[in-house]
Amino acid sequence: MNTGKHFLTIVYKLSASCCSFAHTKVKGTLIFKIISVLVTIKPTLRKIAHSTFAILIAVFASISTANAQPDGKALFMSNCASCHNPLKDATGPALKGVDERVPSKEWLYDWIHNSAAVIASGDAYANKIYGDWGKTAMTAFPSLSEEEIDAVIAYVNSVEPPAAVPTQGGAVAEPEQNTWLYTLITVVLLVFTVILWRINHALRRVALEKQGLPNHKEVPVYRNKVFIAIAVVVLIIGAGYWITNGAVEMGRQQNYMPEQPIFYSHKVHAGVNQINCQYCHAGVTKSKQAMIPSTNVCMNCHMQINEYTGEQLYTHEGEEINGTAEIHKLYEYSGWNPDKKAYNRDADGNILAKPIEWVKIHNLPDHVYFNHSQHVAVGKVDCQRCHGEIQDMDEVFQFSPLSMGWCINCHRETEVQFANNDYYSIFEKYHEEIKAGTRTSVTVDDIGGTECQKCHY
Amino acid sequence: MSQKQYWKGLEELNETEAHKEVAANEFREELPFDLSGKLLDANTPRRDFLKFLGFSTAAATLAASCEMPVRKAIPYAIKPEEIVPGVPNYYASTFVDGGDYCAVVVKTRDGRPIKIEGNEKSSITQGGTSARVQASVLNLYDNARLRQPHADGKEATFEAIDRQITDGLNAGGQAYLLTSTIISPTTKAVIADFLAKYPNAKHITYDPMSYSGMLLANEVSYGKRALPSYHFEKANTIVSLGADFLGTWLSPVEFAKQYSKGRKINAKHAVMSKHYHVEPTHTITGAKADERATCRPSEMGKVAVALYNAIANGAKPNLGSDKLNKVVANAAKDLKNGNGLVVCGSNDKDTQVVVNAINSAIGANGTTINWGVTSNYKQGIDSDMVALTDAMNGGKVSALMIHGVNPVYDYYNGQKFADGLGKVAVSVSFADRMDETAQKCKYVVPDHNYLESWGDAEPKSGYYSLMQPGIAPLFKTRAFQDSLLTWAGSSTSYGDMWKAYWMNKLGGQRNFDMALQDGVIEPSEMPVSGASFAGDVNGAISNIQAKKAVSGTEVVVYQKISLGYGGAWSNNPWLQEMPDPITKATWDNYLCVSPQRAKDMDEELTSITEVVNAKRVVKISVEGAEPIELPIVVVPGMHNDVVAVAVGYGRDAKVGMAARAGLDKWGKEIGGKNVYPLVGFNGNTFSYSAAATVEKTDKTYDVAITQTHNSYEGRPIIHEYTLDEFKKDPEHLMNERKKELEHYSHLPWEHKEGGHGAAAAAHGDGHAAAPMASHHDDNWEEGFRKNGTLYPVFDSPGIHWGMSIDLTSCIGCGACVVGCQAENNVSVVGKTHVLKSQEMHWIRIDRYFSGSPADPDTIQTVFQPMMCQHCDNAPCENVCPVSATNHSSEGLNQMAYNRCIGTKYCANNCPYKVRHFNWMDWNGADCFEDNLYEDYRRDEMNSDLTRMVLNPDVTVRSRGVMEKCSFCVQRLQEAKLQAKKEGHPMRDGAVRTACQQACPTDAIVFGNVNDKKSAIYNLRKSEQKERVNYVLEQIHTLPNVNYLSLIRNTDEIIAGDEDKDDMLNKIMF
Repeated sequence: MNTGKHFLTIVYKLSASCCSFAHTKVKGTLIFKIISVLVTIKPTLRKIAHSTFAILIAVFASISTANAQPDGKALFMSNCASCHNPLKDATGPALKGVDERVPSKEWLYDWIHNSAAVIASGDAYANKIYGDWGKTAMTAFPSLSEEEIDAVIAYVNSVEPPAAVPTQGGAVAEPEQNTWLYTLITVVLLVFTVILWRINHALRRVALEKQGLPNHKEVPVYRNKVFIAIAVVVLIIGAGYWITNGAVEMGRQQNYMPEQPIFYSHKVHAGVNQINCQYCHAGVTKSKQAMIPSTNVCMNCHMQINEYTGEQLYTHEGEEINGTAEIHKLYEYSGWNPDKKAYNRDADGNILAKPIEWVKIHNLPDHVYFNHSQHVAVGKVDCQRCHGEIQDMDEVFQFSPLSMGWCINCHRETEVQFANNDYYSIFEKYHEEIKAGTRTSVTVDDIGGTECQKCHY
Repeated sequence: MSQKQYWKGLEELNETEAHKEVAANEFREELPFDLSGKLLDANTPRRDFLKFLGFSTAAATLAASCEMPVRKAIPYAIKPEEIVPGVPNYYASTFVDGGDYCAVVVKTRDGRPIKIEGNEKSSITQGGTSARVQASVLNLYDNARLRQPHADGKEATFEAIDRQITDGLNAGGQAYLLTSTIISPTTKAVIADFLAKYPNAKHITYDPMSYSGMLLANEVSYGKRALPSYHFEKANTIVSLGADFLGTWLSPVEFAKQYSKGRKINAKHAVMSKHYHVEPTHTITGAKADERATCRPSEMGKVAVALYNAIANGAKPNLGSDKLNKVVANAAKDLKNGNGLVVCGSNDKDTQVVVNAINSAIGANGTTINWGVTSNYKQGIDSDMVALTDAMNGGKVSALMIHGVNPVYDYYNGQKFADGLGKVAVSVSFADRMDETAQKCKYVVPDHNYLESWGDAEPKSGYYSLMQPGIAPLFKTRAFQDSLLTWAGSSTSYGDMWKAYWMNKLGGQRNFDMALQDGVIEPSEMPVSGASFAGDVNGAISNIQAKKAVSGTEVVVYQKISLGYGGAWSNNPWLQEMPDPITKATWDNYLCVSPQRAKDMDEELTSITEVVNAKRVVKISVEGAEPIELPIVVVPGMHNDVVAVAVGYGRDAKVGMAARAGLDKWGKEIGGKNVYPLVGFNGNTFSYSAAATVEKTDKTYDVAITQTHNSYEGRPIIHEYTLDEFKKDPEHLMNERKKELEHYSHLPWEHKEGGHGAAAAAHGDGHAAAPMASHHDDNWEEGFRKNGTLYPVFDSPGIHWGMSIDLTSCIGCGACVVGCQAENNVSVVGKTHVLKSQEMHWIRIDRYFSGSPADPDTIQTVFQPMMCQHCDNAPCENVCPVSATNHSSEGLNQMAYNRCIGTKYCANNCPYKVRHFNWMDWNGADCFEDNLYEDYRRDEMNSDLTRMVLNPDVTVRSRGVMEKCSFCVQRLQEAKLQAKKEGHPMRDGAVRTACQQACPTDAIVFGNVNDKKSAIYNLRKSEQKERVNYVLEQIHTLPNVNYLSLIRNTDEIIAGDEDKDDMLNKIMF
């Protein structure tokens, strides 16, 4: 069991580093990541690990070649993705082939640096786009260099529509069938064993009778003292295990997946449409709270996007979801009138919006202080590390146990950004040890990250 | 170590039976155990124990098996751009209460103000605060606040009230607008407009605690009915005649800042101002004085005259006591050396004229007193108020509008005012609650709280301060100015008018925005000018001499630092529970008497000491006022013929639950008495003292006093030197410490081998270096740290937090106590539990006396703030069975509430007695329902409204856990996170603890000791190394809080002097 757990940890780590790799600019870090993973492996598990590596490294290689334009993609995701999609019209037009549509490359640079100025200059094409897209001005990006814009364009041009996904029914069913088969065989074999044992037993009794030798008196199983003793011990151990586990799990909600007032799919937003997490959860680098966006943030895009045209959505219970109806629920909350394409306002001109009462999934006890920005901005931890593959979830559930043991384990294993952040220069002792070669890494634990008052005050 | 001894109460000094019993008996109540040995017949037999055990197990199982509730996460509908949930916003604003002024910064979290800090941009208050400023945020969330306007005691609408009041005003007749001192220029403009619209209306200013005497004296002396700016920081000699300028006089935050600047001292710069103090009672200013003498309040004028004569013609003073004569003579001598300043707390015009003459004679005008910039803090003229009351009773007033004052309660003849109010056709109150006056008014149009208001202030001429709201008005209230504008028929709102005024004055949006951000608008340089004295000093002197001397007892009516003049403060549970700096009493007012007087009055000492809660009740009678019954509290340092009572108590039930006086739910008397009726009027100004008789009754009353709990058992914990001693031998304290600790600097076997042997080398670098200790200053401290214990020494690889508290600067004002309470969600426990020594304050200010109790002039008083010392070898940590308290790598003594099982071993083992146990569920933080503690006085702390003041970054503790000072760990974590985000090491001063930030005298320094550039490192290692000491250092607790020795600019320190300190020799009683 232990072995299996460690194996899973390794796979998980590799996949985590694989994810982060997709966003890293420097290819060389791959080597370091693999090395760091290697270091953490217990020597006894190496054998299992080695074979896995061969396969996984091959997977890495294929992924890394697929991302030929890491710069462009990262820039696109952080700057453009909230309004643009390479293939589909969103708040702004689909961007694939944009360099061929516009009058010139220079025009495009100007437009991106300051679209308002281009419009004001009376440029015909610019005014046409402005009119076509509901007179919504595009945010200016004066800080993007021309090379960076080229990289973004190269990226959007490289995006291909996803090929039709083959049905996965068979593939999923296969392991289930195997299990069933094995169980069946095991049961049949067990029954065989029992039957054979009874036959053997009966034959021996008959043989003894024939020889005139006395037989032992039969004692039924339920009155067998050894059996009763073993059963009691097993029962006590079992019950104790069950109660202890139950007590430890008390108040924990792993896999908690409540029904939300609006069927909001992270898969559709963060997965399919590649919207950056921080576009909505803007507090994640600034505050202890990641922040659930207010309705006006939703409306930045949904003023334009008023129907759902993607793949059919299902709840986890298999019910069909009408995506367009869900968007109209948002309009209810945000006070948007989709017919008039305007907000409902009161006499003072205030928008008649009401907040959406989401059901809170991740609940920490009151005596725990958790800060998102500490982990995301300083620790550079990916969202997925704690929240799971959120971009694949239609309905969000609590991925991690959020138990103290889970926090502490991560703090013990995770290395801080020791060399990259000047804050840590005050830990002179560790720097000297690293220089002297007596220390290879500094974990969160080493700088006091498992002390009580880092989270409880 | 020096053997100076301090006593913390008379009972300790006298070794009374009661004290011995208390000292021996740690718990102040009967323990619920029967130790008789008859187990089965005992109160708690074994079977009961088992029953309880079974029940609690079952209850815990049931409680725990409940389902997790469904919680909602509700975002904003439309998020305001400037708010990031979870990140505080800060707004510069202005605290104004009557004429009390403080420039502040309001911390808001998700739209709620939760903490007030001082605004460092103000050159007046310079970032300092007072306990009341700190507590003012709680007044915003006061349940007693009115939710809407009222007419005839019933809820009404603004429209209806406006119509009726406008009709009333237009009906003609004499109208009056009665306000407290107003320092807002725009409000003054609004009032001017209003008076222009209603020419028959008059504006009268009234201050419950009046400075009329000074205003009138300045008028005759300098031709200006104004108050000058004082500069205590420039004064070499400060003489105060009854002015409690560090506590309650005029502008204490400003003066405390200035005063402490003149008294920052170190070995290289051993210079400090000299402070002479003459007072009838015992105030914190008196406690800080270098030379202190007491006099009768009626004698104060004569003291001023004696001082004037001593300066003007060298006449020898001939006053009540030798000490008084000596103080006056010495003060006169020092004042003549220049840079002197004399202030006087008397409200008598003649006395103030003499004080003006003294200041003029010593050349204070233009140096320590600046007439170029006048102060606007107080403007009330007492005779106007008396005339108004007479006019009301004569039926000559048709309309009266009252703002900021509560004369039915705080006027000396409140009854007469109430009667007169009944004869006024249109009476309007702007009070925020149904206070004593509002109840008698026809209309109540509640004003906003200052945290909900736009506004401004001009505390000094040419110095402006803007007020901006931290929250939208919580209730249907309206700005006082808007009400006046509406009634004057104006269509602009006060907000618009205010903005137009400042835009015009500042010239443009940009300047306006800058000013709003800074909070203050000040000239770059303060204009300085003197004034030539033109008063009739001889006339004033002969008036003073003509007054008949009082021979019997005199009563002084004073303001407490906590509640001040009363007002809304009476209903502030934080302030009610803040121990008075001198008496350490909470929740009540009482009669302060000297020990000698108490002895004369009641031979039974135990009934008057602090150990026994039940205090003797006495009856105080003053001519012309109803006798008042109050308990007595013995205060060393009071003049033997003077008794004192504080205002602010004895409030009506509608003022609020915490303020209410009368009988409580169980029929016990609570809430003290209103003593404003003891104030007199001498035909010119109010007089806050009077001849009185005091009679013993056979009743007793429990007063909740916090000191004598937490006894130090007489160990030397404070080091006090005279300035001369310190100058002569600055290193005395250091050498004493060294003598005590030096032999730890190396281990015995190392010593034998001369420090270079194999044994020493084998013990590693630290020990090998130790024998060199005697040649190097720091090593004996390091050696003691390492060798004084069997436990391993904690390593702090990154940050090591440390704090320093300067006892010379600390004035005991209590701003830190309330600041800490606001920052850390410290519970208010109520009087009943303070009586049981269960108060929860994380920081307390211990006060110790020395001298002879019989002779108040010998009393010297010191303050020592005491909080968790964050020991690096903490006795509490070793004894916790569950390791709920342990040490962090940053030198913090951590307390994990959710791990604590409440054994209280840590509190028992703490030598500083700074740990506090949650004996009750003070805040409803338990998971069990109906467990909340209620005493029907402090309970509104737990209302939904008041809970908005809680700091969301700090856990609200539940019943059964220990708590204590955390060094504001939430602030440390936040500052570290900020530095990490910005990618640089933490800068010194980037984080300040709540107590440090609240302190008006900068007595507290805090920072990272590992940072060689930090203020705390330099202070300990170079700047103040001579004065540094640690409390109970010799027991090797290795505190992370150090104290700086107390230096008094005096001839002798009485503490520890066996001949002088009767407290030490216990010969008094």
